[in-house]
Amino acid sequence: MIAKLLIFAFLITDLILIVTIAVGDHTMLILQPHGMIANEQRQTMIIATLLMLTIVIPVLTMTFFVGWKYRAGNTNTKYTPDWDHNLKLQLTWWGILCFVVLILSIFNWKTAHQLDPYKPLAVTTKPITIQVVALRWKWLFIYPEQGIATVNFVEFPEKTPINFKLTADAPMNGFWIPQLGGQMYAMTGMITPLHLIADKTGEFPGSTAELSGAGFAGMRFIAKSVSQSDFDSWVDSVKQSPQQLTLETYNKLAQPSEDTPPTFYASTDENLYTTILMKFMAPSSNKSHLQNEATKNEMPGMQM
Amino acid sequence: MEQFLLGKLTWSALPHEWFTIGGTGAFFALGAGVIAFLTYLKRWKWLWNNWLTSVDPKKIGIMYIVVAVFMFARGALDAAMIWLQQILGASNVPGVLESQHGYLSSNHFQQIFTAHGDIMVFFVTMGFLFGLINLIVPLQIGARDLAFPFLNTLGFWLYVAGVVMINCFFLVGGEFGATGWLAISPLSELQFSPGVGVDYWIWSLQVSGIGTLIGGINFFVTILKMRAPGMTLMRMPLFTWASLCSMSLVITIFPILAITIALLTMDRFFGMHFFTTNFGGNPMMYWNLIWMWGHPEVYVLIIPSFGIYSEIVSTFSQKKSFGYSSLVAALIGVTVLSFSVWLHHFFTMGAGADINAFFGIMTMIIAIPTGMQIVNWALTMFRGRIIYSSPMYWFFGFISTFTFGGMAGVLMASPATDFQLHNSLFLVAHFHTMIVGGALFGIFAGITYWWPKVMGFRLNERLGKYAFWFWLIGFFVAFTPLYILGFMGATRRLDHYDASTGWQPLFIVAGVGLVIIMMGFAIQILQIIVSIIQRKENRDTTGDPWNGRTLEWATSSPPPFYNFAVIPEVTSRDAFWEIKKQKKTHVKYKDIELPKNTAMGIYLAGFVFLFGFAMVWHVIWLILASLIGCIACVTIKSFDENNEYTLTAAQLERMEKDREKYNFLKADVLSS
Repeated sequence: MIAKLLIFAFLITDLILIVTIAVGDHTMLILQPHGMIANEQRQTMIIATLLMLTIVIPVLTMTFFVGWKYRAGNTNTKYTPDWDHNLKLQLTWWGILCFVVLILSIFNWKTAHQLDPYKPLAVTTKPITIQVVALRWKWLFIYPEQGIATVNFVEFPEKTPINFKLTADAPMNGFWIPQLGGQMYAMTGMITPLHLIADKTGEFPGSTAELSGAGFAGMRFIAKSVSQSDFDSWVDSVKQSPQQLTLETYNKLAQPSEDTPPTFYASTDENLYTTILMKFMAPSSNKSHLQNEATKNEMPGMQM
Repeated sequence: MEQFLLGKLTWSALPHEWFTIGGTGAFFALGAGVIAFLTYLKRWKWLWNNWLTSVDPKKIGIMYIVVAVFMFARGALDAAMIWLQQILGASNVPGVLESQHGYLSSNHFQQIFTAHGDIMVFFVTMGFLFGLINLIVPLQIGARDLAFPFLNTLGFWLYVAGVVMINCFFLVGGEFGATGWLAISPLSELQFSPGVGVDYWIWSLQVSGIGTLIGGINFFVTILKMRAPGMTLMRMPLFTWASLCSMSLVITIFPILAITIALLTMDRFFGMHFFTTNFGGNPMMYWNLIWMWGHPEVYVLIIPSFGIYSEIVSTFSQKKSFGYSSLVAALIGVTVLSFSVWLHHFFTMGAGADINAFFGIMTMIIAIPTGMQIVNWALTMFRGRIIYSSPMYWFFGFISTFTFGGMAGVLMASPATDFQLHNSLFLVAHFHTMIVGGALFGIFAGITYWWPKVMGFRLNERLGKYAFWFWLIGFFVAFTPLYILGFMGATRRLDHYDASTGWQPLFIVAGVGLVIIMMGFAIQILQIIVSIIQRKENRDTTGDPWNGRTLEWATSSPPPFYNFAVIPEVTSRDAFWEIKKQKKTHVKYKDIELPKNTAMGIYLAGFVFLFGFAMVWHVIWLILASLIGCIACVTIKSFDENNEYTLTAAQLERMEKDREKYNFLKADVLSS
């Protein structure tokens, strides 16, 4: 009786669940991609699931059917208490499972290389480079080609490959824009590349996926994809912003702060990104904490 | 001077926040209650002589499980606090909470999920596991004791020291690590976590980890060297096989944990730079090391449950285990493969496609032996006569949850998809499915199955089945929303989020699931209480309540403190099944040697605890004093050669006639 009641309660809650998702206007970000990479990742996910189901469904059905059929109450069935071995059966099953995993593995190897975040996208459009710095607890985006910088907001032209170059001046973080593609860690003294592209215009939520301290939940940003002309005029408007990102303002920005609203910088120090990288490469430069001018000739950060 | 006497300790370390006062109060109330109860019953001496200083693995097993149950309650409270915060953490909650993101500060929230993870893995699942292995493995292999009885009590008391250490911050310090259950670097370095929280994490895990390592070595040697005559490796019961695999993993990986934590300690205590961001430190190295331990660790948790399911399916299908060698091969396969998959925890660190794909494929290969076990369990049931007692319910619950959890795992083993699922709530749902649906359901099945053997009476079946339904349904209601939330882009460990994400309703559903699970847990406690009250009706007089097949059923329930008066001769796989078929022959008793109780495990673990505590607070004199204490204890114990006593054949014969009186729960200690 209680079991039945419980199953009933279970169905009700599930129903609520489904209705909430169906009625709500929020998105299943991973299943509704807006970029080539995210799209292919979704595809990979679906194919892998279907492949697995081809073996999981028969095994589950078999287990439950056998469990039901050979219940003690059902005395019409055969009972062979000492039947404990059958080489053919064993080999067949090991074979089937190995075969399924072999197919999955080949698929895995192929997709892992195809969708390697380090690989530049095979798109002819000229890519845009955006340097990303994870700070406590906000994202700093530097546009080296445009000479501007933003915090917790990133804008880029649609259908243009974006070369994100991630680093950190904080504990490890994971840079993630689900609707454009998978995440990548941002780490001190290193550059991790991430190649993404947006297929259309729109605003996509982004966040950090790795715990980095007290304010990490607030490290959310909007990734905005716009047309090339809109992007150009946006760059011009940012250049009118009163704020400049010098080493001095950067040092202030790098102090821990939570839930930072989007901020725009009209210009950036040319060497800032290199300086942030080098800070963790040579111990001596750490003490002076960015106060000394980094020269252009210094070696670039370790490219992973 | 003050520095020397007190280290970093100040008055502000004493409880002054609501949760530290509450926690301290709760522990003191519990302690006072226990003390009053024991004093009232005049049971202090009995407790000390018969239980705390005991080296009997059966008693140590029970103590492990009791501690694990208490820690489960503590871990579940953490889960409830996490859930409440995540419901209230949406930015649209009207009223007072609007501006402040839930009812907890983000740092406090992070401490709670850190403690939740560590407690559930180290002190609940590991505690249950070592409890069951202690209770059952010696009986299954026909042994009277372990290879190293003293190390067993030491291992248990180090585990208890770890438990005290992880709760100690309530009383002194008021702060636990806020760095995730593995204290990820560089976040756990002084630079980013200057407080004592991470130090408490370090010493709690270090101390209990050494206890686990000692226990692992002990059981590994016991299983290899102390089996009954005739029990070859390929005649061992499957739970013993699973324990052997699990313990061999423990021996291999726990040294890695000890060293990794020791390096982190050096960073924090001496200001070194193993895993810092600068001065040549390499945080990525920490990730590799901790997961080289961490991934096999989850197999340490789940492999014994595989063994339990094998035993249960065979017993309740009233049939031999189908494909025994296949099952053994699968266990060994999982054990060996578990070493070669750790990198799948951080594909996103950017090791490159070749390396990621290699580790992804190794992970998928584990699905083969795991799947093979399910197939063999199905074939064991095939042409059997399955009795649906509650352990079988847990088995089917396991099948229905674990298969989907496994699919989610294989999905994440593919680097291409993992980049989208990593560190999302999908991942959280996946590993909860594996540990709750896999390991914990197996532990519950095992406890129900072996309860009559250990306690002498069965658990109430009706309540057991209710508890199962609450757990299973609660499980689905709690974790299905998390899978969905993962697809919605919800990352783990968020103390607040934007209401427009639409996550809040799903968090609420998950919370309802948690409540259902907690009701299941409450029913389990009720089940134990009711069963104790009804113990006369449910008494197991045969020693073999389920028509069992393996040696633990050959002795009475509860077993006498010496387990077997005469060690049985094993002639086949299902040893007891054969013995039952044979006619009883006249037995000839011989003198046997049994280990004496010792309190040295408690003293030694006490000094180790003080050492850890002194290291947390940098109290130099206490560090030195406790070290000297440890060395003194070990020295004294090493020269104590009088650690066994003899039970003569005549005594044994007399006891065998009145086994009821000499069962291990009742018998007073003879050695002292």
